[in-house]
Amino acid sequence: MDFEKVGKIIDKHQQKRTALISILHDIQDHYNHLPEEALKKVASRLKMDLNDIYGVATFYKAFSLIPKGRHSITLCLGTACHVRGGPKILREVTKLLNIEPGQTTKDKKFSFCAIGPVMFADGKFYGEMNPVKAKRVIEKIGKNRKKGNEVKS
Amino acid sequence: MRKIKSGCDLEKWREDILSKQKQNGVVISVCGGTGCHAYGCKKVKDEFAKTIRKKRNDQTIHLKFTGCRGFCERGPIVTIQPQGIFYQKVQEKDVPLILSETVEKGKILDHLLYEDLMTKQSVTSEKDIPFYKAQCRLVMGNNGLIEPTKIEDYIGIGGYQALAKALFQMKPDQIIEEIKSSGLRGRGGAGFPTGRKWEDCRKAPGEVKYIICNCDEGDPGAYMDRSLLEGSPHSVLEGMIIGAFAIGGSHGYIYVRHEYLLACKNAEKAIIQAGKAGLLGNNILGSGFSFDVEVAKGGGAFVCGESTALVASIEGRIGEPRSKQVHMVEQGLWGKPTNLNNVETWSNVPLIINKGSPWFSSIGTEKSKGTKIFSLVGKVKNTGLVEVPMGITLKEIIFDIGGGQRDGKPIKAVQTGGPSGGCIPASLFDLPVDFDSLTKVGSMMGSGGMIVMDEGTCMVDVAKYFVHFLQEESCGKCLPCREGLKRMGEILDRITEGKGDAGSLSLLEELGEVVADTSLCGLGKTAPNPVLSALRYFRSEFEAHVYQKKCPAAVCTPLIQYSISETDCTGCGACKKVCPTQAIQGDKKQSHRILEDLCSKCGSCKDVCKANAVMVQ
Repeated sequence: MDFEKVGKIIDKHQQKRTALISILHDIQDHYNHLPEEALKKVASRLKMDLNDIYGVATFYKAFSLIPKGRHSITLCLGTACHVRGGPKILREVTKLLNIEPGQTTKDKKFSFCAIGPVMFADGKFYGEMNPVKAKRVIEKIGKNRKKGNEVKS
Repeated sequence: MRKIKSGCDLEKWREDILSKQKQNGVVISVCGGTGCHAYGCKKVKDEFAKTIRKKRNDQTIHLKFTGCRGFCERGPIVTIQPQGIFYQKVQEKDVPLILSETVEKGKILDHLLYEDLMTKQSVTSEKDIPFYKAQCRLVMGNNGLIEPTKIEDYIGIGGYQALAKALFQMKPDQIIEEIKSSGLRGRGGAGFPTGRKWEDCRKAPGEVKYIICNCDEGDPGAYMDRSLLEGSPHSVLEGMIIGAFAIGGSHGYIYVRHEYLLACKNAEKAIIQAGKAGLLGNNILGSGFSFDVEVAKGGGAFVCGESTALVASIEGRIGEPRSKQVHMVEQGLWGKPTNLNNVETWSNVPLIINKGSPWFSSIGTEKSKGTKIFSLVGKVKNTGLVEVPMGITLKEIIFDIGGGQRDGKPIKAVQTGGPSGGCIPASLFDLPVDFDSLTKVGSMMGSGGMIVMDEGTCMVDVAKYFVHFLQEESCGKCLPCREGLKRMGEILDRITEGKGDAGSLSLLEELGEVVADTSLCGLGKTAPNPVLSALRYFRSEFEAHVYQKKCPAAVCTPLIQYSISETDCTGCGACKKVCPTQAIQGDKKQSHRILEDLCSKCGSCKDVCKANAVMVQ
């Protein structure tokens, strides 16, 4: 992996310690997660303890230390979606993909972040979902992948 | 963009903008709020732009892509001015028809109109729709009128007039006095008097003072701050500049959740535009006052909505709250005096300066003035953002504006205040909505989430939902919140699995009181509210779970069972087709049955059964 970009990101934020969260956001956007090497580089450039950076990186939900899948599925579990049946869809998706929220399938095809029935898959919103519709969406995404269609993650 | 150097310049600019607008004939506004985006409003807007450009290139049609109009359930929403026609659920294919029929010939398209749920009559204009009728859209109103990314639109409707008035006709103390006598209270949750906070911050010793706008909207059921910052970022900015002038602030931050992409983008754009126009930065409008604002993105932590945690997050640290013995107005961001208000509070400021405190305090109740925006969601017909005068009853909001029950099941409660609030039973729906009366019944105003629940919602499940949410979001700094919520969650898990015993409920109450009394920050102190209020008003539901091992609302899966009534089943096969786990067996036109082992209890079969043969026990 090429870590030249990390330096550029730190420069962009003028090497400010207070911009740590913004720097981590930019690194995550670029690499799809926070690679250890990148964090070490941030620590040395900002003259910070790696422990402190690890603390921030693991405290905030936006950041992930492990690579995320090619497709991401976000299921809204806010209060309104909850009372309209969100958890039923969560159960179905968990079973279909055989992963828990926050995990990535072995083939790195899906990451699943649980945040009711609004589903956000590969940059597209699916509203008024139910377990049956959820199954269809996942099958469709899986097929597109097989055909070799690149779907943005 | 022109640089404004004085109050007169601003007025001239406004006159220029208005004279140009007059030449335009028709204004088509497509709602660009997040809700409408999910329904595909971008495609509708692009189709309008393409068709207008291609076919007519008509200078008399002006297309606007506005902020959220609140009626998210009916998106994408399109309005046509000056006739004031309100079209809902507009799709790409409707665009040519709207242009050729409505815009050219003035004909109204019936199939796009809103149908009154009571009278079954089509309604043409927004003001006649029951959802909008009882509302008082002072703060949200701008959203439908302007394009958020165009400062000219905001100037055109009188934007930054309040700033000019504050800078040139008022002294800082006068501004604070005006805000104090308006009775404005913080819209973020606790309802602290805004004017008093400003005064304390102004009096606090220190050269450098910070102004913060809190848009870390953490309530998982509310989105008004998002819609305001997305739809009218200049209102928020104007409020902040006025506040900074009154308090003596030199630098400001808008702290936004990173998930709010459009809000971040529009706020950043607004800051750049205001800077270029001379409304932000050095020597604002030639007054000699200087103030800067930047956007700080959050990292996805609920606790960062708490002021001291938010400040830690801006400083680049872990978002842990600290004790508030020393107030933020004395020692906040980087140890300097800091004044923090939320998005809705800041948006109210220009209104008060423009129209005066007597006008503002004439709206609302004795101790809660002005309006409040609620996100009315859940099991109600009309969902969306509603802005109502304080003091309106819950009944009016839920039944007159919301249109009442949605799925044929009677409404039994409303949850207000998000994870810090509580459930209010239907028997108390005559309660006037203001800061104090909601607190009195064990809930709170919070940031304005209002989730309606019907007989199909299990109150134990809802309590469990909030406890698990808060447990997940607890920063872990203090023990009562970190461990107490975990134990409360475990007890609720056991109850919903049918493993609760006689001591469960009293233990839950005792733990809840300890967490409330001993937690460090406001989030921990209010965390047991959802459980305690549910226990107070819906104890019988808890008892049904504990003693009869039954879930009356048929939500808690370990306690329910699906079966098909042999006598009612017509054998149509609809349930078999939708079952995601192939748990239904039966030949066509023969009675079907559910295999218990395979059934995931998702309820899809019950939703599709026309013969009402699927039973839940």
